[in-house]
Amino acid sequence: MNFSAVRAIYLFEMARTWRTLLQSVVSPVISTSLYFVVFGAAIGSRISEIQGVSYGTFIVPGLVMLSVLTQSISNASFGIYFPKFVGTIYEVLSAPVSYVEIVLGYVGAAATKSVILGLIILGTAGLFVPLHIHHPLWMLAFLVLTAVTFSLFGFIIGIWADNFEKLQAIPLLVVTPLTFLGGSFYSVNMLPSPWRTITLFNPVVYLISGFRWSFYEISDVSPAVSVGITFGFLAVCMIVVWWIFKTGYRLKN
Amino acid sequence: MQPIISVSNLTKTYASGFKALNGINLDIQRGEIFALLGPNGAGKTTLISIICGIANLSAGKVEVGGHDINADYRVARSLIGLVPQELHTDAFESVWATVSFSRGLFGKPKNPAHIEKVLKDLSLWDKKDNKIITLSGGMKRRVMIAKALSHEPQILFLDEPTAGVDVELRKGMWEVVRQLRENGVTVILTTHYIEEAEEMADRIGVINKGEIILVEEKAKLMQKLGRKQLKLHLQGRLDTLPATLAPYHLELTEDGKELIYTYDTQSERTGITTLLSDLRDADIRFKDLSTTQSSLEEIFVNLVRTGA
Repeated sequence: MNFSAVRAIYLFEMARTWRTLLQSVVSPVISTSLYFVVFGAAIGSRISEIQGVSYGTFIVPGLVMLSVLTQSISNASFGIYFPKFVGTIYEVLSAPVSYVEIVLGYVGAAATKSVILGLIILGTAGLFVPLHIHHPLWMLAFLVLTAVTFSLFGFIIGIWADNFEKLQAIPLLVVTPLTFLGGSFYSVNMLPSPWRTITLFNPVVYLISGFRWSFYEISDVSPAVSVGITFGFLAVCMIVVWWIFKTGYRLKN
Repeated sequence: MQPIISVSNLTKTYASGFKALNGINLDIQRGEIFALLGPNGAGKTTLISIICGIANLSAGKVEVGGHDINADYRVARSLIGLVPQELHTDAFESVWATVSFSRGLFGKPKNPAHIEKVLKDLSLWDKKDNKIITLSGGMKRRVMIAKALSHEPQILFLDEPTAGVDVELRKGMWEVVRQLRENGVTVILTTHYIEEAEEMADRIGVINKGEIILVEEKAKLMQKLGRKQLKLHLQGRLDTLPATLAPYHLELTEDGKELIYTYDTQSERTGITTLLSDLRDADIRFKDLSTTQSSLEEIFVNLVRTGA
C-alpha cells in the first residue's frame, strides 16, 4: 500500500477546500440558513408538530442530508473531473498507485469535507431550533456512511463526465429532485396514498429516514433497512469504480 | 547488459480502429540518451503513454527494469519520471507544493533537500513560493521537469521538451539533460527538432506510421545515411558541362560558377580523385573547394519520405 500517495492526494484535495472556503463551506451554510428561516421559522410556525416534533426541528436532519448529499457529489466529481480537464491526471495515472489508493485519496478527501460541512450545518441549525440527538454515534455513522457513499458516486460522475454540462447534469436533474422528494421537508406519511408507495423507490428516503431516526427516534422506514439500502448503494458504486479502473474507462484510452 | 526498457511486439489499436502502433520492438539501454524522431501522429506520444501507464496496450509486452508494466506496475512506474508534451500543470498550487506532491505520489518519503536541489538545478528556487499560474510557459515546463525528477527516477521521458521554448532555455535544458545522464539517468526524448537529437542523443530511433523504421547510433546513422557534397568554386564561368563529365552527375549552379558533386561516404571509391583529374583534362579550373555533410534533418526527411 502506497500510503504516501494516498496522503499526497488527500492533502492536495483538502488544500483545495481551504483555498475555496467560500464556495465549499460558506455558501452551503448560508443556503441552509435560508431554508431554516423560510421553512423553519416563517412557514414552519403554521405547521403542526410531526410525530411529536416541531416542524422546524423535524427538518434539521433532512437539511443536513440535503447538503451532505449534494456537496459530496459535487466535491468528489469536481475533484477528479478537474485533473482530467486540465490534463494533470497524467501524473496520477503514471504513478505507482493502485486504484484503491487513488479512490481513498480523492473520495476520502471529499467525504471528509462533507462530514465537516454536515457538522457545521448541524451547528448552524442549533442556533435556530433546540436540538437533541438521541443516538449521536448512529448519527455520526449515518453521516459518514452517506458522505462516503455519495462521494464515491460523485467520483464516478466525475470520471464519466467529459464536459462541464454532464458534470452538472446528474446532480441537477437526478439528485436534487430525489433529495427534495426524499422527505427532507416532510414525513412520507404525510403523502397521499399512491405517492407514499412510489416514494419508497427513492433511495434518498431511506438515508433521510435513518438519519432522522438517530436524532428523534422517529422514522418512515426501519433504520436497519436504511443502513442496508445505503450499504447496497455503496456496494454498487464500488463495483462500478472497480470496473472503471479495470477497463480504464474514460481514464486511459 | 539487460536493457532498462524492453518493448516487444507492442501494438496499440484505438477504439476507433486506428492503429497507432504496429508491432513495435525497441530496447533502451541503461544510461543512454535516446531520441525518438518522427513526424506528427507517428505514434511517439502513444508509445510513451503506454510505457508510463497512461494508456493501455492492445497487444505485446513492455518491461521496465525487468518488470512488466502491468503485472508489476508499482516497481516499473516508480523507476520512471514523465514530462508530457502538453503543459499540464496545476494553477493555484505553489511550485514547492506541486513538486512535493509528486514525490509523495510516487511513494517516496519527504526529502526537502532533494527537492531544493532539483529546483535549484532548474533555476526555479527563487520561484518556489509562486503560484504556478503566475509563471511563464518556459518556467511551467521546468516545473514539470522538476515534478518528474522529484522522486529520483532512473528513467526520464521528455516528450517534446523544447517545443515552443526559446533558444536560451532550450540550451539550458540540454545542459540539464546532460547532467542527468552523468548521474546515470536514462533519458528518452521525442522531438521534431533534429538539431536537438543531433546535439544530445547517443542513439536515434525513427518512428513513422506506428512502426519503428530504424534504430541506430547517432554517429553511425549519420555516417551510414550521410551523403556528402563536394563544391567546386570555378575560376571562370561555365555554360555547359563537357560530355566527359556526364558519369559524375554533376550539378552546375545557375550562375555557372560552382560545380556540385554528391557522393556516398560509405562506398569504396568516392570518385573524387578521378573527378578532379577529369576536370583537369577538360581544362576546368577551380579556385576553391569545400565539402558538406547532410544533416540529420535531411536524413530524416529522406527516410520518412521513402516510407521505408
